Amino acid sequence: MNTELHEKRIPIIKIGNFLIVSIQVDMHDKLAIQLQSQILEEIEKTGAKGVLIDISVLEMVDSFIGRMLSGMASMASIMDAAVVIVGMQPAVAITLVELGLEMPGVDTALNMEKGMEMLERRIKDEDYKLY
Amino acid sequence: MLQLTSDSTWEQLGKHPIETEHDIVNVRQFIRFYAKGLKMGIIDQTRITTAVSELLRNMYNYGGGGEVTIEKGIVDEKNTLIVTCVDQGPGIENLDLAMSDGYTSGNGMGFGLPGAKRLVDRFEIKSETNKGTIVRVMKWK
Repeated sequence: MNTELHEKRIPIIKIGNFLIVSIQVDMHDKLAIQLQSQILEEIEKTGAKGVLIDISVLEMVDSFIGRMLSGMASMASIMDAAVVIVGMQPAVAITLVELGLEMPGVDTALNMEKGMEMLERRIKDEDYKLY
Repeated sequence: MLQLTSDSTWEQLGKHPIETEHDIVNVRQFIRFYAKGLKMGIIDQTRITTAVSELLRNMYNYGGGGEVTIEKGIVDEKNTLIVTCVDQGPGIENLDLAMSDGYTSGNGMGFGLPGAKRLVDRFEIKSETNKGTIVRVMKWK
């Protein structure tokens, strides 16, 4: 069981100040939880200021995965990193709202490029505040 | 095991045990496949898949696993995908409460039943303490 989970690890790539995570598989619950801690460990290790999570391939986000994503955003923010979810499919967005799942504090962007701009702006704003 | 009345004209597409998290992922993919087969649009495919995912998770987390039956048939003169989830778990004590929005069983993981209900065209549930729970959802084209 453990090795199976290990094989399916979702890769996290670091570019500049950001971590990029592209979810390419239909996640079962343990994989989702594992991804959560994997990202937090990576934030700690690299001091990344932002995380982009690409879910454009996900055909479905149910309440568990939705909660996992919003939980991740709050945990990352405690660790001084911002999370942006990018590329949500329209059908997924509609279903999430109908399901009644609110994702407070979660920033979203249409695509990777816009998400990256969003994070860069945020980091600039914070630097500005310091002076 | 609890039962709901079925129509003899329904055609069974599959019957799957839910024993591991991987079973949930697999059945989700079957549901989407059959919804596509019934020519449902992408949004309805996503609705029924998500609703079933919520039910399977309940079954796995609270009912100790169970069995899901996928059928297709004519309901109200419409081509319909019918998904029935049965478990032999502890049952839901207060069904009205479990069906009300915002209810969670205490560990912060809501039952997701009212949400699942909103995503489908028909929703039936029967539960008996110490006997189990049966939930049936239908989505038509």
